[in-house]
Amino acid sequence: MIERIFDLYDDLEKQRFMVAFKGGMSPELISALLDLVEQRLMASEPDPRIRKRVFNVVMECLQNLYHHRHSAAPKDLDAQTEERQGVVLIAHEQAGYSILTGNSMAQDQVSDLKSRLDRVNGCAPEQLHELYKSTLSNGTFTKTGGGGLGLIDIARKSGQKLEYGFVPMDENSTFFSLNVNIASRIEPK
Amino acid sequence: MTDIQLEGTPKTPTVHFDGGSGLLQLRGRSIPENSIEFYKPLIEWIDQYARSPKATTQLRVQLEYFNTSSSKCILDLFKKLEQLRNAGNDVQVLWHYEVDDEDMLEAGEDYQAIINLPFTMIQVEEVDEN
Repeated sequence: MIERIFDLYDDLEKQRFMVAFKGGMSPELISALLDLVEQRLMASEPDPRIRKRVFNVVMECLQNLYHHRHSAAPKDLDAQTEERQGVVLIAHEQAGYSILTGNSMAQDQVSDLKSRLDRVNGCAPEQLHELYKSTLSNGTFTKTGGGGLGLIDIARKSGQKLEYGFVPMDENSTFFSLNVNIASRIEPK
Repeated sequence: MTDIQLEGTPKTPTVHFDGGSGLLQLRGRSIPENSIEFYKPLIEWIDQYARSPKATTQLRVQLEYFNTSSSKCILDLFKKLEQLRNAGNDVQVLWHYEVDDEDMLEAGEDYQAIINLPFTMIQVEEVDEN
């Protein structure tokens, strides 16, 4: 076990991770992580526009983990002990930032999420902007309030295709991972 | 009616809704996990204010960040003001954005395209967080 700490450290160092966290998500923890990310960005990122985009994407991703968790805990576990488990890794390399998040989700919601991801990835920037406006104005609220804007906003701030994966965990749960890249340079519009 | 005076927090904006002057201010960050809960009393306040509004109502929005959960709630706030304007009142929106924050400017323009209210876009050095 003891050697694995070094291996983990070495891995995180080599991959230029500025933040790595795995555990239960709460509003307090999200605040603490955002505070940390903001401090790191102030030190590492000279362009305030990039800082804002990275901060925005990290915030939306963390809040997705908080809202859309699904406990992979065995059924005999007390519901009270269920935690909103998630993992988040933020890497900073020369080309830009990568915000990786992962959480378990209910198997029966995978196809819906996948189709929304594919829809967003199928849009050119201008189409994504139109999709944002029509989703904002259509008047429906989801129970978390965003009305399905989260992924659209993440994709717009990223400016790149969203990378994602689904790994089945058991018959009811799937592990969902999302990688959002943000380039270090903003291309003029 | 009672004014709304809320101090800002790292996740919620400073709110000053002044019924006496018709000046409504929203400033700072709006990134709470539960935006619906935060905005409900603000939207209800406008409903009440609309029964005897001032000659001019001005909403000043100075946000550094807002999350997608807040964006629908902010739209609801605008819709209430749109009703107030449709009833024959003067209503203005001042949308502030930080220098170079074209994303925030565009967010304001998106609201402007959806809502029938006169928007003025104002560039500031930095959003005042107090």
